[in-house]
Amino acid sequence: MNTLALGVDRTTVELKMYSREKEAVFFSFLFPILLLLLFSVIFSSQFEDSARTGMTAARYFLPGMVAAGVILTSFQTMAMSVAAERDDGTLKRLRATPMPPAAYFLGKVGLVVCTSLVQVVLLLLVARLAFDVPLPDTGGRWLLFAGVFSLGVFGGTVLGIAYSSLASSRSIGAVVIGPQLVLQFISGVYIAFTDVPQWLQQVASVFPLKWIAQGMRAVFLPDGLASAEMAGSWEPGRVLLVLAGWAVAGLVLCLTTFTWFKRGTV
Amino acid sequence: MSETAIRIRELTKTYGSHRAVAGLDLDVHTGEVFALLGPNGAGKTTTVEILEGFRDRDGGEVSVLGTDPHGAGRAWRDRIGIVLQTSGGLDLLTPREALRSTARCYATPRDVDEVIEATGLGAKADDRITGLSGGQRRRLDVALGIVGRPELLFLDEPTTGFDPQARRDFWELIRGLAQGGTTILLTTHYLDEAEHLADRVGVIAGGRLLALDTPAALGGRQSQEATVSWEEDGTRRSVRTGTPTTEVASLAARFGGEVPELTVTRPSLEDTYLGLIAPHVTTERQEVPA
Repeated sequence: MNTLALGVDRTTVELKMYSREKEAVFFSFLFPILLLLLFSVIFSSQFEDSARTGMTAARYFLPGMVAAGVILTSFQTMAMSVAAERDDGTLKRLRATPMPPAAYFLGKVGLVVCTSLVQVVLLLLVARLAFDVPLPDTGGRWLLFAGVFSLGVFGGTVLGIAYSSLASSRSIGAVVIGPQLVLQFISGVYIAFTDVPQWLQQVASVFPLKWIAQGMRAVFLPDGLASAEMAGSWEPGRVLLVLAGWAVAGLVLCLTTFTWFKRGTV
Repeated sequence: MSETAIRIRELTKTYGSHRAVAGLDLDVHTGEVFALLGPNGAGKTTTVEILEGFRDRDGGEVSVLGTDPHGAGRAWRDRIGIVLQTSGGLDLLTPREALRSTARCYATPRDVDEVIEATGLGAKADDRITGLSGGQRRRLDVALGIVGRPELLFLDEPTTGFDPQARRDFWELIRGLAQGGTTILLTTHYLDEAEHLADRVGVIAGGRLLALDTPAALGGRQSQEATVSWEEDGTRRSVRTGTPTTEVASLAARFGGEVPELTVTRPSLEDTYLGLIAPHVTTERQEVPA
């Protein structure tokens, strides 16, 4: 079989394994949807004026949850699964077969593309149907959504694979979830970015999550809110540029640091 | 097809100041089952991993199926099968799923159902791999190693942790593969396993080959004295002799037929092996400060 066909086969294997890992499905796939439900209920009292402003809690938190979903299904899933597969010998086992390495990566990309697409569609459906959140009404916004989403997912995937080399499967959970949680708090996912102190905003600006969240706000929030951003506008061009930069850096890191073997065994 | 499946000349590999492989020469013939024996730290795993293309060597020549494993490509991997020592992963799949997906990587794979049948996994083929016993899991490892129809199979300590019946069954499976023409390089700590399976045995220690022969002849076992023992007047009597047949004949004549509790034994492969490696194991212990 050629590499592409093997990549498709790997994707189906990855999807099977993913869907059978209940914890992963819950904490990466359904988590942002549950949080959107939760936040919409908890913070509804702060948006009592919604009839006049058109802003509801669900609409306000949707961009952040979409951004969190991108990071969870790409970065977190990759970092944790590749670290586990390296430690338990799955990677070495694959390396022992004539499978081309590219097929393995295609399988990972396929998994992330499928899960993150289904996840974002579910998120948007819940937002639209349960909370009446208006979806983008211009082609330009959908185009920006496609750009931010695909760069975010690709960057998260390659960065996650590179990040998996930092720890063993025993410690990878803490090594991934800790920093990621901090980033979510300072990047405007759970807490409005404007409420984050400026120096922390600058820290967050180094990492891609802040830019994914900002891009998603540009997609889903009314233009009137753009003035509340750091730069006073959505900066869509800059968002795409930073995410593209991270995607390229992630790919280079991934290709230069990837190893099939557990640390200290070869 | 070449007569030599694996050819190793003056192979060396050093980790820091430790010479794991120190000038190893070895040939494995096409179609044979070759067992590589040696104490822990002898250089077995390093050697095998160099042959598998997982590890780079420092010096010497290595040819596996006519190709240098260092940087060998897909076409070469297509012809070998590897059963790794540690067996993990795949927990969320079923044996059938794992085998199907692995088989697709090879040019001329075996039929998945046939492999499941041959490895006795039929009853568990559609259960999650997590639920397999140690022995079943190892059978699955072998199934994954042979599904690509390899000419050469690497088996690294395949039966560690097996119960006796599972080991016997496993040996049958390996013998069947060997009869089908697969060349097998086996590493093991079990001397009886080597004796049952291998056409030839190589003993390595300190990164060098100490002895190489058939299991029956290793270390001059055939020419060593045998021990004849029997029961007489309520006590066990025994004689060491180079001519056990004569001894038994004279005993039979003396007893006028059956000799009570008669046994004739030669040093076991294990005795011979331990004798061979003894000097090396001692030096190693002296070198390593406690």
